[in-house]
Formats: sequence, C-alpha cells, structure tokens
Amino acid sequence: MNTTTIPYTKTEPPEGYSAPGLFATTLDRVVGMARKNSLWPLPFATSCCGIEFMATMGANYDLGRFGAERLSFSPRQADLLMVMGTIAKKMAPVIQQVYIQMAEPRWVLAVGACASSGGIFDTYSVLQGIDRVVPVDVYVPGCPPRPEQILAGFMKIQEMVADEPLRRRYSPEYREMLAGYGIV
Amino acid sequence: MDNVYITDRLKKTFTHDILETDAGGDMLTVIVTAPVIAEVIRFLKEEPDLGFVFLTDLCGIHYPDRGLPLGVVYHLHNLGENIRIRVKTFVTLADPRVPSVTGLFSTANWMERETYDFYGILFEGHPNLKRILNVEYLDFFPLRKEYPLEDPTREDKQDRHFGR
Amino acid sequence: MEDNTRYTTLNLGPTHPATHGIFQNVLTMDGEKIIDAEQTIGYIHRAFEKIAERRPFYQVTTLTDRLNYCSSPINNIGWHMTVEKLLGVKTPRRVDYMRIILMELARIVDHLICNSVIGVDSGALTGFTYVFQERERVYEIYEEVSGARLTTNMGRIGGFERDFTPAAIRKIREFLDHIPKVFREFEKLLMRNRIFMDRTIGVGPISADRALNYGFTGPNLRAAGVDYDVRVMNPYSSYDDFNFIIPVGTHGDTYDRFCVRQQEVWESLKLVRNALENLPEGPFHADVPQFYLPPKEEVYAKMEALIWHFKIVMGEIEVPAGEVYHAVEGANGELGFYLVSDGGRTPYRLHFRRPGFIYYQAYPEMIRGGVLSDAILTMSSMNVIAGELDA
Repeated sequence: MNTTTIPYTKTEPPEGYSAPGLFATTLDRVVGMARKNSLWPLPFATSCCGIEFMATMGANYDLGRFGAERLSFSPRQADLLMVMGTIAKKMAPVIQQVYIQMAEPRWVLAVGACASSGGIFDTYSVLQGIDRVVPVDVYVPGCPPRPEQILAGFMKIQEMVADEPLRRRYSPEYREMLAGYGIV
Repeated sequence: MDNVYITDRLKKTFTHDILETDAGGDMLTVIVTAPVIAEVIRFLKEEPDLGFVFLTDLCGIHYPDRGLPLGVVYHLHNLGENIRIRVKTFVTLADPRVPSVTGLFSTANWMERETYDFYGILFEGHPNLKRILNVEYLDFFPLRKEYPLEDPTREDKQDRHFGR
Repeated sequence: MEDNTRYTTLNLGPTHPATHGIFQNVLTMDGEKIIDAEQTIGYIHRAFEKIAERRPFYQVTTLTDRLNYCSSPINNIGWHMTVEKLLGVKTPRRVDYMRIILMELARIVDHLICNSVIGVDSGALTGFTYVFQERERVYEIYEEVSGARLTTNMGRIGGFERDFTPAAIRKIREFLDHIPKVFREFEKLLMRNRIFMDRTIGVGPISADRALNYGFTGPNLRAAGVDYDVRVMNPYSSYDDFNFIIPVGTHGDTYDRFCVRQQEVWESLKLVRNALENLPEGPFHADVPQFYLPPKEEVYAKMEALIWHFKIVMGEIEVPAGEVYHAVEGANGELGFYLVSDGGRTPYRLHFRRPGFIYYQAYPEMIRGGVLSDAILTMSSMNVIAGELDA
C-alpha cells in the first residue's frame, strides 16, 4: 500500500496562558486571528492580472478556503483592496477615491508588476506603481503572477493582519503617512 | 474588378487630386490630397461597381522630415469581391485639417478621435472631436515623433539604468 | 433635455462588478428606460503603439499578448504573421497546423469566458465555475508550449522555438476528450433555459446594416446575419485546408451572440481535432535569418552562430522597408496589424486594428430604449475586453 504523508503546518494558537476551560491572551491577538481568517477582498481587477485572479478564485486554487469567499465590490464593506492590473493616470483618482471610501482597518495588496511599479509600461500614460497614490502593504510581483504567488501574497497579508496592534490606525505615524498621500 | 480598373476609375473622376498610386505591395495604395478625401471615400463606397462598404481601419502617421508630415491612412474593404484598398492623405503641421468621414461610416467616429488624440489632426465635421484615450488635460499629441515614450516628469526611475 | 427634472443620470462607473473591464458609461434614464449613454474609455491606456516604435520586432510580441489577454496566442501569432508578410517568408505546413491548434484553443477559452460571464451577469453562476476548470487545462497546454499561463509570448517570427512535446500532445488529446461532456452540460444549463431565454432574446439588438456601418466583425457581426470571417475570406496559416461551418444568427441580439459563440466552440473543437490528426511532418520553423535565433548549443560552441546571435539581438540584420496590413480572426473580430517599417530594427509605425474598440462605439445605440439590466447583459455579450479597448 502506498501511503504518503502530506506535510502540513498545524495552526498554532496565539501566545497565552491556557488551563482547562480557559485560554487567556491579549485582545489584539484574538482580534487579529479573527480578522485574518475573514478578510473580505475588493477585487479591483483592471487587466490581465484580473484573469489570473479569477483563476485563483476558481476551484483549483480556491481563495475561499482562506476565508475570502465573499468578494465585496462595495468599498464600504471590504477590508482588503486587491489592485490587479495596470493603473493608468486617468484611473489614479478613482483608485484613491475607492481607498478613501474603505473603512479602517484596511489593507492594500498590489498584485502584478504593473500595480507594483508600472511593469513593462514605462510610458507617459501609466502610473508607475499604485504606491504613488495609496499606501500599499504587500506587493506581489509577476506578469501575471501565478495563482500560487497571489495566494502567497494573501498569506503575507494575513500575517500582517494577525500581528497588527489595535491602536495602530490611531497612531500619529499612521496619520502622517496618510497625510503624505493626501488622504485625510 | 482589379487594381488597374480601380485606379482608372479614380483617376478619371479625381484627376489631379490623386497624387500617387502603388499596386506593388499587399494592396492597392492611393495617396490623395486632403480636401477631397471624404469625396474619394464616398466615391469608393457608393459607386455601385466599386462598393467598398466596410471601413476596416483609420489611423494616423507622422513623418517629420517630409513637407507634409502628418498623414491619415484609411483601409477599406469590398466584402462582396474581397478586395482591399489603402487610401492615404497628408497635411501640414500648421493646418492639420481633414474632412471627416463620420457621415459615411459610423465606425469612423472613435477612430478619428483616436487619431486626433495621438497626432492632433483636426477632422472637420466630426460631431465630438475630443480626446478619447488620454487624459483630457494632456497638452501635447503623444504619438508625434518628437515626444518621448516615458513620462518626462517621473523621478523614481534613473535613466542611466535604462540605457538612456 | 430641457426638462432636467424628468431624467436621471446614472453613472455606471469605471469600477463596477458587472462591467468586465474599466470603462465608464453615464446613462441618462427615464425611470428604468435608458435614453442615452455617454462613454468614457482610456482608463487603462498603456500606449502600446508608442511603445512598439521603440521595441525590436521580436519584443513587440509581449505587447500583443496584453491586447486581448483572454486569448493571447491569437494576438501573438497574428503579429508573427504580419512580420512574416513584411519579410516575405512562407512558413512550413507543420508550423501552420501547430498555429491553428493554438489559435483555436485560444478562441475556445475566450468564448468560454464570454459565455459563462453572460450567465453570471444574468444570475447563473454555476456555469462559470464549471467552465473555469476547463480553462486550467488549456493553461497547462500553453505552459507546455510556451512556458506561461496567460500572457503567452507564443512562438517566434517564422514558427516555434521547439516542437510540440509528447506531453503537450497528450494534454491536447485529453482536453479534446474531456471538454465535450462539460461543455454540453454548460449548454444544457443555459441555452434552452426559460429564464435565460427571456432575459436575452430581443435584448441589445443591432441590424446587419448598422453593424456593418459600425465596423463590427467577429461573432457580434455574425449574430446580426453577415457571414464575414477572416479565416474564410482571407485565409492564412493553411486554414483553407479545413472545412468548418460559420454559424450565423438572425436578429443580432444577446441570445444570438450567445448561440453563435457556443457553436463556434464546437467548430473550433473539430478544427483542433482535425489539425492534430493530420499534423504533417516537417520543420517547426521557417528559415528567417533576420529573427530566428540559432540553437543555443551552437551558440556556445561555434563562432558563426555566436556572431549571428549577436547580430540578431543587436538588430544589425537588414529588414526591408515597406508597409503591410495583416488581419487575423480574433476571438471577438478582425484583429488587424498595420505595420510600417523604414528598414530599422523597430517598427516605424504599428497600429492595431482592435475589434473591441470599434464595436464598443455602437453600445449606446444598442441599449437605447431598454432597461438597465438589459444594458448590463448587452455589455457582457459584446465581449469588450479593456486591454483591447484602450491599447
């Protein structure tokens, strides 16, 4: 009989004190764990990377098992802005508007070379990376990135979500960074 | 109907406005003067024995070294007999006006807007001649040869890394 | 509109879940009925034509990938054929048949996306999930042949860099065996479905005259009743060796466009099967000294091959000056390449005749008088791909 053990990593509970019927940890770790497993993405798909995202949502690569089954096209109800594809200068104000409409806490994932830095389109009409208009948390390179790479980027976002302190969004450094983008 | 016949018909009707014809390439290419271009296209479309009813393509071109640098190239197609023809016209930079063919072919609407956006050729008689692909506040015509490909105001990429 | 209090303005903005791509429509509506639409495009204008003036001919292929990115091989092969037309190169029959197989596979997947998305926009998400799995199979075939899943950069000017591997042929055969069952299930889900038919018959119609005047080509024109197909009218790449039917509709409405695309998928499957059965023996590339890189083993071993490789990459090979227009039947219409060369290593002018750009102009005329949900379905049935719209 041919048995193979598939290696997998057990999900570790956050650090804390555990006793029968009791588990004590800090609030931000619990909230982080809840948030990371239920991120609602906003797929801002503009071009070819959008088709690879559709493949990632499909049954083969399944983004749904990370808790991101419910895509939100309304920014007010989304946590994660996934920008997939080239953003032209004409589109830049639109993406900033969408980012402003999202409620805190919000994260941004730049998928693909065009969203990260303009990609192969070093031209007069293409924005050389969306970090010129919105703050970006994770960049996924590739043209287009394979679905596995998009999932790896998503998992990095999940790590960031899990480790985020609760008061980060009210801190002066964060406010200053947003002001640098013109977002008040 | 072959290229010789079409050339004859055009030359008989438009005489000195047909500047050049060339049947040596992949299709008959005719160069006409700018003011009559809409008439030539109408002639090619509506004459019953010519019947070029399909406008395949309309684009611009820029030859900075020539006397008439800006050009518009039309590709027409006779679907019944499967014959294609290329018609070109050239204008100066100072007065880049070309009559529009939007009345003949509705498809020329956006094609002419794109040519205006890229080259600055003004199509007289166009219902809505404004920029279509670039941002509205762009103040130059990007596909002309004197403009660079890259955005001149960008500060994050150093030209020496890109061989420029 | 003198009486502004009657009409509503609705912005079907650039970011919208149902417009697959970013373009904006500002609709003027009288209650639910659409009076007019004003379109703004250019939100993804990447200036392909300007970039192409700076890239050597073999590097322009990566740009053509990103035009209609759902069916990249058709764009790549169309570009290669344009350069071959300029150089006067005739490709061997094996190359032609290999190209037919890849182009028809690309056409199949593009139609699969378009049809399943019509289903999604009318509420039927199941078909989309079934059909997207099949796209994964085709991605594997693309990976075997070219190395990439989506933006394939398939082949070279003159042919291919390597022959089809046995794995590629096996995967194509498996695909051909597997898909008819899945596709028939998808068809049974939607084609004679009462709700789907009610939602799509009579929606977004266009007559054959108006379609021709608007420059429609491809399935949208064939649904209106005109049987113009570039593969039959100006055959390229040995398409005239094959017999296939051109499906034609009658009313030019959404249901006809859906059915025409369905039937085209069946025809394309037959073409792929035929081409694979009759794949002739022979070289897998033509002799194109200006662009065909010599094999790597020779480049590392022999001096002449090294010098030749250097000359090709640095662009010191003579390319004839001239202009050429070549059209292929893309998944949404006649994709044309107008190439003007002045003998240099980059094109002097390259213009893409993009079918999506041309037929999207007719959208206001097609939705006038209908309701908003019909407008959404018309948009997805026209198969407008943003990359091709804005180039």
